[in-house]
Amino acid sequence: MRGMSLIVQTVARLLAGMLFLFGTYIVLHGHLTPGGGFAGGVLIAAAFILVSLAFGSVEQTERNSYTLSSVVESLGGVLFVSLALAGYAAGTFFFQGAAAYGTGTPLRLISGGIILPANIAIGIKVGAGLFAVFLALGASRFVMKD
Amino acid sequence: MDARFVPLFVVIPMAAAFLIPLLAKLWQRSADLIANAAAAALLGISVYGAASLVTESQVLVYRMGGWAPTLGITLAYDHLTALVALAVNALGLCALLFSVRYLDHYTGRWKFYTLFMLILAGLNGVTVTGDMFNLFVFIEIAAVSSYALVAFGTDFDELEAGFKYMVIGEIGGTAILLAIAMLYARASTLNMAVVSQVMAGFGRTPLFWFIVGAFLVGFAVKMAMVPFHAWLPDAHPSAPAPVSALLSGVFIKVLGVYAMSRVMFNVFGLSRANAPAFFNLLLGFGVVSIVAGGLLAYVQKDYKRLLAYSSVSQIGYILIGLGIGNYWGIVGALFHILAHALGKGLLFLTAGSVEHATGTRDLDKLSGLEKSMPVTAWSYLLGSLSLAGVPPFAGFFSKFFIIVGAVSAGMYWLAILAALFSTVTLGYLVSVVNRAFFVRKDREPTAAREVPASMVIAMLALLILTVALGVGFRPVLDKLVGPAAQNLIQGLGYARAILGG
Amino acid sequence: MIALFACLLLLLIGLYAVVTKRNIIRIIIGFSLVEYAVNLFFALVGFKHNGIPPIITHLGQSRSNFVDPVPQALVLTAIVIGLATTALMLALAMRIYEKYRTFDITEIRRLKG
Repeated sequence: MRGMSLIVQTVARLLAGMLFLFGTYIVLHGHLTPGGGFAGGVLIAAAFILVSLAFGSVEQTERNSYTLSSVVESLGGVLFVSLALAGYAAGTFFFQGAAAYGTGTPLRLISGGIILPANIAIGIKVGAGLFAVFLALGASRFVMKD
Repeated sequence: MDARFVPLFVVIPMAAAFLIPLLAKLWQRSADLIANAAAAALLGISVYGAASLVTESQVLVYRMGGWAPTLGITLAYDHLTALVALAVNALGLCALLFSVRYLDHYTGRWKFYTLFMLILAGLNGVTVTGDMFNLFVFIEIAAVSSYALVAFGTDFDELEAGFKYMVIGEIGGTAILLAIAMLYARASTLNMAVVSQVMAGFGRTPLFWFIVGAFLVGFAVKMAMVPFHAWLPDAHPSAPAPVSALLSGVFIKVLGVYAMSRVMFNVFGLSRANAPAFFNLLLGFGVVSIVAGGLLAYVQKDYKRLLAYSSVSQIGYILIGLGIGNYWGIVGALFHILAHALGKGLLFLTAGSVEHATGTRDLDKLSGLEKSMPVTAWSYLLGSLSLAGVPPFAGFFSKFFIIVGAVSAGMYWLAILAALFSTVTLGYLVSVVNRAFFVRKDREPTAAREVPASMVIAMLALLILTVALGVGFRPVLDKLVGPAAQNLIQGLGYARAILGG
Repeated sequence: MIALFACLLLLLIGLYAVVTKRNIIRIIIGFSLVEYAVNLFFALVGFKHNGIPPIITHLGQSRSNFVDPVPQALVLTAIVIGLATTALMLALAMRIYEKYRTFDITEIRRLKG
């Protein structure tokens, strides 16, 4: 992919960190406010996509990012499944939620039992997965030749 | 009875699907191991589940996260679930065992296994779930992975078939989502048991029939009943052979037949007595599918395409079994789900080994393979005898039960048609034996060698199961298929079993 | 009511595009329209006159007039599934273009019978 103009690069430099931070905020506050793992994960992926669109990349970088993001995506999936299994192995329910932790307190970040860690796992999975989809569809090794 | 094993049906294949890409980076062949181990574990818990149902005979209910029905997702495990899960996981294990060597001429081994495990997760999820939206999600998981697997070869035919399958299949999926949205608007809950109680008091208004119709269109696309079958004869032959076996053997039945019967019988409480028009419609679709699929199979030159049309025709048998709507008709339909899963899975695996050994599936180019590949040839012959309904194989009993059902419902023409078209089935299946396996006068035998041991074992395992299901049909009928048919016939009694437990 | 007719219209436009268009990309766009129409309809199911968003912003807030949050959660799931299918369709479209050098489905016809 070729990079873009200096204006775009400057704005992207300012915006990418904010976008990443905002995505993280949405992931972490998923059980209190609208949003959650998926919405926040999309924003995190958008931060990465913004950087790679604005600054461009060479094929080798794309290949490496693709491998890395698919590994991270699988890790997120494994994390989610093991969270779900944790309650099961401890002898209560699969996706142990209300039964073990109560329904959570409104407006408290550390509450709601399994929902916060599950949101983090989903955020990792969606962020990495969407970036991998972007690379697979838009990266230069697939660019059509004609 | 402890229902704690029920979520494992989804967890095991999901965890395997996420682990395979991770570990395959370290060691290529670990994918073979993880996939086969996961499938073996799935088969193990389905056997365990079926065995515990046989001894205790009550519906097992598992509440995800400990939430009560109407709030949380419930998983339910009754005889019907046990039957379908057995078929899915037995065929899944054999297909994966077959894949180990079959994939030698494909690249991207771990991608294949990841998608395959996701299909298994979707199929098992559909069978155990007791929640409408969860049903849709699992249908889509299985469907999306199957689109990718149909196009797995990424050659001209595969891509075309994959795209066609995907567009038609997704329209079907969207129809199901639309129906679920309307159902939620009426019932304000998604738990199947609670929905069925709400819908029981709703009356047969035009909106009710519109929801039923939207579901029917969605499931009809997924099960490929004529005239919604256009994608199947392209998609099933294009997939790699183990995937074809899974798609034709269980995919269309779980996503189409099982999901439809669960929704129509248990959620909407339809039965021959209170909705004769719906059941006559099923009969009509079934008859058209049997006739069109059977006749089109005759003219095919492609080994797997012939089998694919045969699947359309056999889906018709299951449909008329359900459409007859009495005990024996439904028993026949459910027995045919088992018999056809094993039989058609076996036939697609033989197609895979012929393609693996000779490099072609064109029946006009093959000849005399019986000399060089005796196991494949005899597996094919016995499997096709079972599908065509020759005693003592499994397929005979399913068709026999359907005919008994038709006669006891007074539909003699249907019994005659079913018997007539089982000879048609025998005709086109045996024509493959004539063309590919016996020596033809005008042609030298094709040079080939018998496939590697793991593929032979996979075929033999399915063959043994087919024979065993036929010879030992009595305990299966009494302990599994009969109670499963009762699960469907009891209709709204399903809700009482779930909510009372 | 008008919103429901808008959904229906969107659905029909999408189906029209899927059935009549010859370009693969347009078929995919039409399919996305169908999906959006259904999602919009599903989200409208939770509509309530004078409803407020189902979010607790301060403790002790009245929860009487919340709109139904379940359809919104379900629509989010359906959108995720739609994302996956659209991405897969586009990937297939790219591969088809690499092989056939065309997006015209009337020229992509090798399978028959």
